[in-house]
Amino acid sequence: MELKAEKITREFIRPGGKTNRFFAVKETDLTLASGKLTVLMGRSGSGKTTLLNMLSGLLMPSTGKITADGRDLYAMPDKELSKFRNVHMGVIPQGQTAIHSLNVTENILLPFGLYGDKPDEARAKELMERLDIAELASARPAELSGGELRRVAIARALVRRPEVIFADEPTGDLDDENTAAVFTFLKECAREGAAVLVVTHENEAVNYADEVLRMNAGTLEQG
Amino acid sequence: MKSLAMKNLRGRPVRSAVLIVLAALLTFTALGGTLTVASLGKGLDSLEARLGADVMVVPKEATMKKKFEDIVLQGATGYFYMDSKRAQAVMEREGVGEVSPQFFLASTGSSCCSIPVQIIGIDPATDFTVSPWIKRTYGGELGLYDIVAGSDLNAFVGDKLSFYGVECRVAAKLEKTGTSYDTTVFTNEDTIKALISSSLEKGMNDFEDVDPENCVSCLMINAADGTSPEELVNDINIHVKKVKAYKSGDMISGIAGSLSGVSRMIKLLIAAVWVLGLVILLLAFTMSVNERKKEFAVLRVMGASRGKLAGLVLKEALLTCLTGSLGGAAVGLLVLIPFNGVIEQTLGLPFLLPNFGSIAGICTAAVVLSVLTGAAAAAVSAWRVSRIDTGLILRGEN
Ligand SMILES: Nc1ncnc2c1ncn2[C@@H]1O[C@H](COP(=O)(O)OP(=O)(O)O)[C@@H](O)[C@H]1O
Ligand SMILES: [Mg+2]
Repeated sequence: MELKAEKITREFIRPGGKTNRFFAVKETDLTLASGKLTVLMGRSGSGKTTLLNMLSGLLMPSTGKITADGRDLYAMPDKELSKFRNVHMGVIPQGQTAIHSLNVTENILLPFGLYGDKPDEARAKELMERLDIAELASARPAELSGGELRRVAIARALVRRPEVIFADEPTGDLDDENTAAVFTFLKECAREGAAVLVVTHENEAVNYADEVLRMNAGTLEQG
Repeated sequence: MKSLAMKNLRGRPVRSAVLIVLAALLTFTALGGTLTVASLGKGLDSLEARLGADVMVVPKEATMKKKFEDIVLQGATGYFYMDSKRAQAVMEREGVGEVSPQFFLASTGSSCCSIPVQIIGIDPATDFTVSPWIKRTYGGELGLYDIVAGSDLNAFVGDKLSFYGVECRVAAKLEKTGTSYDTTVFTNEDTIKALISSSLEKGMNDFEDVDPENCVSCLMINAADGTSPEELVNDINIHVKKVKAYKSGDMISGIAGSLSGVSRMIKLLIAAVWVLGLVILLLAFTMSVNERKKEFAVLRVMGASRGKLAGLVLKEALLTCLTGSLGGAAVGLLVLIPFNGVIEQTLGLPFLLPNFGSIAGICTAAVVLSVLTGAAAAAVSAWRVSRIDTGLILRGEN
């Protein structure tokens, strides 16, 4: 799939302050193509997450449009866009994002459950093994470490074999070994045909990237 | 999605239990309160039917009125007599329509009953107040030493009961009336006269010099066409000595008054519980959703539509409220139906449960109403969840 952003911006209203309207993302063009791993770096607060949210269908741009294989994402009604995102996009958000009342396997299979689709248990098992959390299959999120929770979120984002993968600082709380494993893994996903966008602070990520971008105060630059 | 709702509820057992108990409480008060009010109303109707006469005439002695009211309204036991001549004088007044005498006696304990039983003798030829009740369960004639037992007495058709040494046979059992009829035994005139004689012989009757063949306890009278009960009562009280006439409406008005007082209190109680319940439900759902804001945002990231998020909140609410409501209804029925006698005694008011169909109707309405209330309380949270700003919630620390 080709995900294309044309002249998108995002303006926010900052509560208080003098100039309270500001652009978190200034006019940006960007294309994510199948088989390509794009790394997005930049300082905290520079607008990386805002850009990622817009691209992944979670945040409507103030101006501009985003198309997936020609379909305007934000022209779809919420129901249609949601299902589209469920099937075609995998998002690994920032922070801890497990569902408290479900165990690890149930968390990972949840994207199927949302629409009553048949769960691909073999895929979940394969991902758990590759992410080294297989022995935690029936553990509760409360029993897991930050790094383990992060890997659960990765498995959950990838379980439907999405064509576009977004990862927002996916290695934030992982050790070096696991960080390398995650990048290898995302690289493999790209090689298998996915379009991958990774927001990260790890300089090491550059070694895996097909393209490196840099966000600087809302402006996207080739890195 | 449904199983996610279930798992979310199981994942927070204490909060779910509180919601379930709250829904149960709502249904319980609605069902219990409504059923009590309905039963009181039905009891009053039954009492009016039980009195069944416009006017009642009793001996004039000071304590008689109280005694009579206690027997008829409170289910107390007692007896008193006046000479037949006095009764005859009343019957001859103009404006008297249907008229029938009744004869009272109280047993001093009997095999059927741990407490004394009120015995009322009627004249089957003229009676128009009790017979309609008896006919509902017994079509035959009441022979000598045949008795009809009230529904609360521990006596069954064919049983032999003995009063003052006279053995009687239970010919029929009345259906429940919710009034003092339920603890009364009915006989015909000849039988009760035999019982009165026997009580006199055994020296167990307070009226030592009463002549059983020439006495009655009270007269039940319907005013003739063209005469109002008031006119008749006044006429009798002015012209017939040593008797006192009452309008049955006046006797009931006191009961009707306290009954409407109790009903009003119950309605207030229901309203208070529901208002409180609604507020707590609103708070509980709001808290439950606020606490899990991030989880809802995560579901959204996974591709849940806004509608699905709202649906999840509503499903959780419906599951808890339905479970609680059904439980509350079950408890309500288990309290009210077996213990309606206790409630009747506690309230001291006539109390007659509605028929099965009405109970089922009230029950369904109470459950539906609680579930709808729960859904309404959750709707606010559901709407808020469907509006969440995923990006803002998941932005995390940086
Ligand atoms: N929903 C929002 N409302 C207001 N301001 C926001 C919102 N989301 C992000 N911002 C602001 O936009 C800027 C960029 O944020 P973000 O995209 O999260 O940066 P990054 O991910 O690069 O650290 C920050 O100044 C942040 O405070
Ligand atoms: Mg960020």
